[in-house]
Amino acid sequence: MKKAFPILGVLTALFLAYAFYQALWVAPTEQTMGNVQRIFYYHVPSAIIGFMLFFINFGASIFYLIKRNPAADMVALVTAEVGVVFLTVNLVTGPIWARPVWGIWWTWDMRLTSTLVLWLIYVSYLFLRRFSSSGETPLLAAALAVLGALCVPFVYFSIWFFRTQHPQPVMGGGGSIDPRMLHVLLINWLAFSCFAFLVCWARYRLEQLQREVDTAYAMESLRDPRRSA
Amino acid sequence: MSAPTGITRVTLLKDLRLEWRSKDAINSMLFFSLLVVVVFAFSFDPTAEESRQIAGGLVWVAFLFAAVVALNQTWAREIRNQVLDAYRVSPAPPNSLFIAKVLGNFIFVSVLEALMTPLFIMFYRLRALGPAWQLALVAALGTWALVVNGTFFAAMSLRTRSREIMLPLLLFPFSSPALIAMVQATTAILNGEGAHFWIVLLATYDLVFTTVCLLLFETVLNAE
Amino acid sequence: MTENAPVITVTNLIKQFGRFAALRGITAEFAGAKLYAILGDNGAGKTTLLRTLAGLSQPSSGQVSILAAREFRDICQHIGYMAHPSLLYDEMSGIENLEYFARLYGIADGTRCAEVIRSVGLDPDLPRPVGQYSQGMRQRMSLARALLNDPKILLLDEPFSNVDAHSATEMARLLARIRDEGKTILVVTHQASLLENVADEFVWMEYGKIVERTHALKAESKV
Repeated sequence: MKKAFPILGVLTALFLAYAFYQALWVAPTEQTMGNVQRIFYYHVPSAIIGFMLFFINFGASIFYLIKRNPAADMVALVTAEVGVVFLTVNLVTGPIWARPVWGIWWTWDMRLTSTLVLWLIYVSYLFLRRFSSSGETPLLAAALAVLGALCVPFVYFSIWFFRTQHPQPVMGGGGSIDPRMLHVLLINWLAFSCFAFLVCWARYRLEQLQREVDTAYAMESLRDPRRSA
Repeated sequence: MSAPTGITRVTLLKDLRLEWRSKDAINSMLFFSLLVVVVFAFSFDPTAEESRQIAGGLVWVAFLFAAVVALNQTWAREIRNQVLDAYRVSPAPPNSLFIAKVLGNFIFVSVLEALMTPLFIMFYRLRALGPAWQLALVAALGTWALVVNGTFFAAMSLRTRSREIMLPLLLFPFSSPALIAMVQATTAILNGEGAHFWIVLLATYDLVFTTVCLLLFETVLNAE
Repeated sequence: MTENAPVITVTNLIKQFGRFAALRGITAEFAGAKLYAILGDNGAGKTTLLRTLAGLSQPSSGQVSILAAREFRDICQHIGYMAHPSLLYDEMSGIENLEYFARLYGIADGTRCAEVIRSVGLDPDLPRPVGQYSQGMRQRMSLARALLNDPKILLLDEPFSNVDAHSATEMARLLARIRDEGKTILVVTHQASLLENVADEFVWMEYGKIVERTHALKAESKV
């Protein structure tokens, strides 16, 4: 960990710089939207990575409910936190892009609304973890995460009925995207995935140390008079 | 040991009896709902023709607030004197308690809705263009969704600091698909449009969340 | 079961709440048909220990074995738990409360509730809701609730608090009688002197650990 982390950090930074260069200079300018379309290389990867992290959170939570493995709980916590950050990036870049292109900051269409609801769900998950006074917070959080993941299909179906203003996803075919743009998108997605992994790793390590400190502190309580004597 | 359904029954009867004696929850909920209806009438001009378009939303937001008050009240009674612990040390199955609480809250909130609906009709001059039985069905399914989730999240917020604020923080986001379906269905029926999609969606939501809450309730109740 | 075989065994019990540990590694055995007084300052972990034994609190690590069972579900029929709060509904009368809890234990015998109430020295026909009882009466009714299922193990948290001296002595005598019927009793209390001639063993807790077990009350604590 001590050696691998800085090396991976430098590699990721280089990769991100390369992806940045690709997004701003190499990728072709979109015909109608112009340069503002380049935010696409940040908007889309952040959403995909956010969803990926929430998916891992779901898996880790199920695993925790069955096995009561503390590492699974830490993975769930970390992926939810980092996932919320990435989804926030997505929700912030969305309006910045929408304003010049659609002429509005926000529209209550399917994809925007469902992303917002998902963001709200995981923020409330983090709230529960923060506010819990239980000694079994991981269990409560895991139960909530399962409900949150089950909410996702309902969120999509319930918002499905609204007409959508949002372009179809470029990944699943159907969209007519320049292959060079797709290439840059993939590079950015990979670079940010590496970055997300690195942040999760650091946060996981931090949480692990925090818990060790908490346990040590609790077990060797400073209030114990026989220790201070 | 008594059958789980028997325990559900006596627990529900006990809750109703306690409510009948103290009338805390029902009185405060009734007055609160009346206030919500009046405040809404001040905020959204009820004489306007457009009010029918938003009436579905108004009704459900009012019900949602009332349900939160009701849910906090029913658990507050179990917290006082830590009576919930007496249930937890007994061999009675936790899910019997869950179902009893859900049914109890369902009754409270339904009574409330039955009393608030005439007020809404009066103030907003509502007249359903679609079939009224569908409205009743949507009300029942929607209330069930709120009450199942609410009872579960209320049990969860027992284990947090600032319990009463935690309930809406959990309930609102997790119920949003159900809320969208309720509001859309109500508005559609009021305007004489089809609401089958929403009713099916709501019923599925109820089924899935009731099942999962039953599976997880014991874990949450004992997570001290 | 022989009389001195342990009915409760706890091994390296730890209960942690973030940066604070209520129990910091408790290993102990409690034998059958004895009355144990658990003593210690506020925050020593007495209540948490009792709640863990009652299955209300899940240990962070370590094991609890009661009547040779690990699963709480298997033995909760045999445990009676009395907490510092009354664990009763204030709006209902004593007998109504007990009738409800009797259903939870599947007790079909209709006379059992009245019998238990009489055994703690209260009148089962008292129509007053528990919320209007005096503190001493409420404590006794609370004890009656814990005794309802005729448990083999009684876990009592501060049963004498706010009870007048006469009633407290009477309650201690009642506990001794229950112990003599072959039941194991763990009593958490501040008023150790009340149990001076009653308890078989005194268990001293400090900062989440058991520090000493004595058969007689130490002189300095007889205040």
